[in-house]
Amino acid sequence: MHLFKLIYRNTFRHKQRTWLTILGVTIAILAFGILRTLVNAWYAGVEASSSVRLITRNSISLVFPLPLSYKEKIQRIPGVENVSYAVWFNGTYISEKNFIPNFAIEPESFLEIYPEYVLPDDQKAAFFRDRGAVIAGRKVAERFDWKIGDTIPLIGTIYPGTWNFTLRGIYHGAEKNTDETQFFFHWNYLNESLKKSLPNRADQVGIYIEKIADPDLAPRVSEAIDETFKNSLAETLTETEKSFQLSFISMTEAIVVVIQLVSFMVIIIIMAVVANTMVMTARERIGEYAIMKTLGFGGWHLSVLIFGESLLITTIGCVFGVALTFPSAKIFREHIGTYFPVFTISLNTMLLSLAASTLVGIMAAVAPAWHATRIRIAEGLRRIG
Amino acid sequence: MGNRKQPIVEIRNLSKSYRRGSEVISVLENINLDIPEGEFLAFMGPSGSGKSTLLNLIAGIDGADSGMILVGGVDITSMTESELAYWRSINVGFIFQFYNLIPVLTAFENVELPLLLTWLSRKERREHVEAALRMVNLSDRMDHYPGQLSGGQQQRVAIARAIVTDPTILVADEPTGDLDRASAESVLGLMALLNREFGKTIIMVTHDPHAAEKAHTIITFEKGILGAPV
Repeated sequence: MHLFKLIYRNTFRHKQRTWLTILGVTIAILAFGILRTLVNAWYAGVEASSSVRLITRNSISLVFPLPLSYKEKIQRIPGVENVSYAVWFNGTYISEKNFIPNFAIEPESFLEIYPEYVLPDDQKAAFFRDRGAVIAGRKVAERFDWKIGDTIPLIGTIYPGTWNFTLRGIYHGAEKNTDETQFFFHWNYLNESLKKSLPNRADQVGIYIEKIADPDLAPRVSEAIDETFKNSLAETLTETEKSFQLSFISMTEAIVVVIQLVSFMVIIIIMAVVANTMVMTARERIGEYAIMKTLGFGGWHLSVLIFGESLLITTIGCVFGVALTFPSAKIFREHIGTYFPVFTISLNTMLLSLAASTLVGIMAAVAPAWHATRIRIAEGLRRIG
Repeated sequence: MGNRKQPIVEIRNLSKSYRRGSEVISVLENINLDIPEGEFLAFMGPSGSGKSTLLNLIAGIDGADSGMILVGGVDITSMTESELAYWRSINVGFIFQFYNLIPVLTAFENVELPLLLTWLSRKERREHVEAALRMVNLSDRMDHYPGQLSGGQQQRVAIARAIVTDPTILVADEPTGDLDRASAESVLGLMALLNREFGKTIIMVTHDPHAAEKAHTIITFEKGILGAPV
């Protein structure tokens, strides 16, 4: 016999109470894991950003465009290896509930700067050749059951009319956190149409994307770009891709903070629940602890029993909670994947869950262990009978 | 007490009081007592007379206000809490009124419990436990949990647990208080056997005159004062 056997048997002495506590820990860890994953999903764009990419936009606001003519000037700035551009199209597929992030891009340079969007060579060539072509991410293609060659209509909101595209490629992400829900088509296709229908909006882009030779060059190149267009009709603001993505999150930061607070509140609540279980458990066993002390067991032996029991409960709850996080995240992904294209449970989240459950197990046992080790034997023995 | 043998327990000027609110209640006052090795001694007296308190002090599970207790020549009143715990694990075997077995452990595991504090190997522990359970005639019940045993059997398991470490003294606080007559007789017989055949020094607190008859010597208590040994 070993003390661990006693820990195990003590843990399941009151099966109903123990399993209810484990259930509580499981739900708490599940909620914690999902909320942490949600926060991570919020930052997925930031995480996926590259340190060798800069984004240039109109310094007044993102909604104001930049002239196409800036491309050549940006290309000449030392440190810039390649330049591309994109326009937020904001088209709707069939109805508004089918949200797809869709952009008009300059295909060759864009795919060179974003190597994480991986396309088979034949599909890439087909996309480059056909001005009315579009490429879509794997997830969005699966969602709408699109096949290569399908015609996909988008209803324009910023750019009125119905725009038909032919699906020439389906990309997949090179990394786990690559967004596979996007929809890219030729900027030229949009621009040629605008020249006819809305000529004052033609030859403009939403943002420029620069690939730089070295991340260390970012401050200098950014400054140089913005200096180039100083005092022009469209002054620019250039920042790293990470800063650009963070500027989006800052708009919704309050929500992220609330989600983070709730995730920690869940842990604090379950800490109180487990502590309550452990206090009840220790109080019931004061007589037994007194007997063990009588037999020569010291305070640390009793602490091992109490901490061990508490940690066993929280660890079992954690294992169940983390195991359930995966199917739950899958369900979330299916339902809110449009808004959170990258909704995967990270190793960091799992480790945080384990750390949280360990902390709960330790904190819940502190008071009962302290009380048990301090109880006088004669007093403890009087509680028996 | 007689001078038959060297005293295993020597108590000198021992006093103990309890505090209840602002009131201090004196339980034992200036006690002096020698208990010879191999003695079977019974403390009798009304409730609150101090007999269990003295037993607890001799067993090192309570602390005195003043005075000295030597067990086997060792002053246990000067020991720290952890030193006392270690000393008890080696020198004292406990038998309680309500058996005080751990309900989630089998008879075997309950008896093995004090041996977990020793350096004995698993095999050696098994041998000790089996011998102790054999001595109390419970070899066939070693895999039973306390809830599956009668009161008398549980008390015999408790006796096996008390003797498994081969302690210097056995202390028993109302060992037959929760037993029927037949079981009480069996437990008392076993204690008498341990005293007679194995020379164990036994100090027993009891209300039961029949149980006290098994002892060599009876000391009666009256409000913290020891009567003459009988």
